[in-house]
Amino acid sequence: MILGLVAVCAPLGDTCLSRGMTKLPAITLAHPATLIAAVFTPWITFGIALLIGFFASYLTALSWADLTYVLPATAFGNVIVALLARFWLHEPISLERWAGIVLITVGVGFVAHGPSLTERPAIEGSATEGLALEGQSPARASEPAVRTAEELPR
Amino acid sequence: MTIPIPASTTGFWAAAAMIAAIVLCSTTGEVLTAAAMKSLGDLDDIRAHSGLKGAIRAVLTCPLFFVGVGFLALAFFSLLLALNHLNLSLVAPASASLTLVTNAIAGKIFLKENVDRRRWTAAVLVCIGVYLLAH
Repeated sequence: MILGLVAVCAPLGDTCLSRGMTKLPAITLAHPATLIAAVFTPWITFGIALLIGFFASYLTALSWADLTYVLPATAFGNVIVALLARFWLHEPISLERWAGIVLITVGVGFVAHGPSLTERPAIEGSATEGLALEGQSPARASEPAVRTAEELPR
Repeated sequence: MTIPIPASTTGFWAAAAMIAAIVLCSTTGEVLTAAAMKSLGDLDDIRAHSGLKGAIRAVLTCPLFFVGVGFLALAFFSLLLALNHLNLSLVAPASASLTLVTNAIAGKIFLKENVDRRRWTAAVLVCIGVYLLAH
């Protein structure tokens, strides 16, 4: 859910920003005030709001998942943009881009199936426990079971 | 992955240096931010305990978070600099996909994350995918 928000908000925010900025006349460093005025145009404001939403959900995701889990998942946003462009804006997608879409999708599927957080030795108890539900680390989960099985005969 | 020589007047090494600056800054920023968020614990728990304001306060009182965001800002400015000299179609995919791989390496070394073969494969696949998509 949070990862979905991250994936959707970032590209949409960027699109709004670029849409807003290209509509404005060219901004030069000689007139920095025009840059501040630009912030209050509707597209830019909306884009910034989306990007703030993105950053908040990104930080939340990082608080309970590994960086190497979050990043590929968020790269899925690129796929969403490409599909939006195809079906909403009716832009043609080249064979190369379809290949890119497939590769990203496969990659994300790969990570999503694994555990979302590296299991740590008990020190950080409360932080990792909540995740144990999602982090299906087969090695860890089977460890105690194996031990008890060994202990029983003795 | 080979970086094609840009058509503009910027030389290959200058282009590589600019992209390397983006990749380095954003990797450092991401790793520091991730470390900061990990040190705080689950934000959803914090929010359940002390509300949204408490969660925001927890983030804003973490110094490591600001160092991370500082590096992300640096990465943003080096991106702007690079865009000033190179094409977006080169800079965006190159930096985005390289960052994924450097993050996997940095995550393993500095955050001690368990980057197993599954995650390596994913990082490489997504990296090539991003490159194909944006190129």
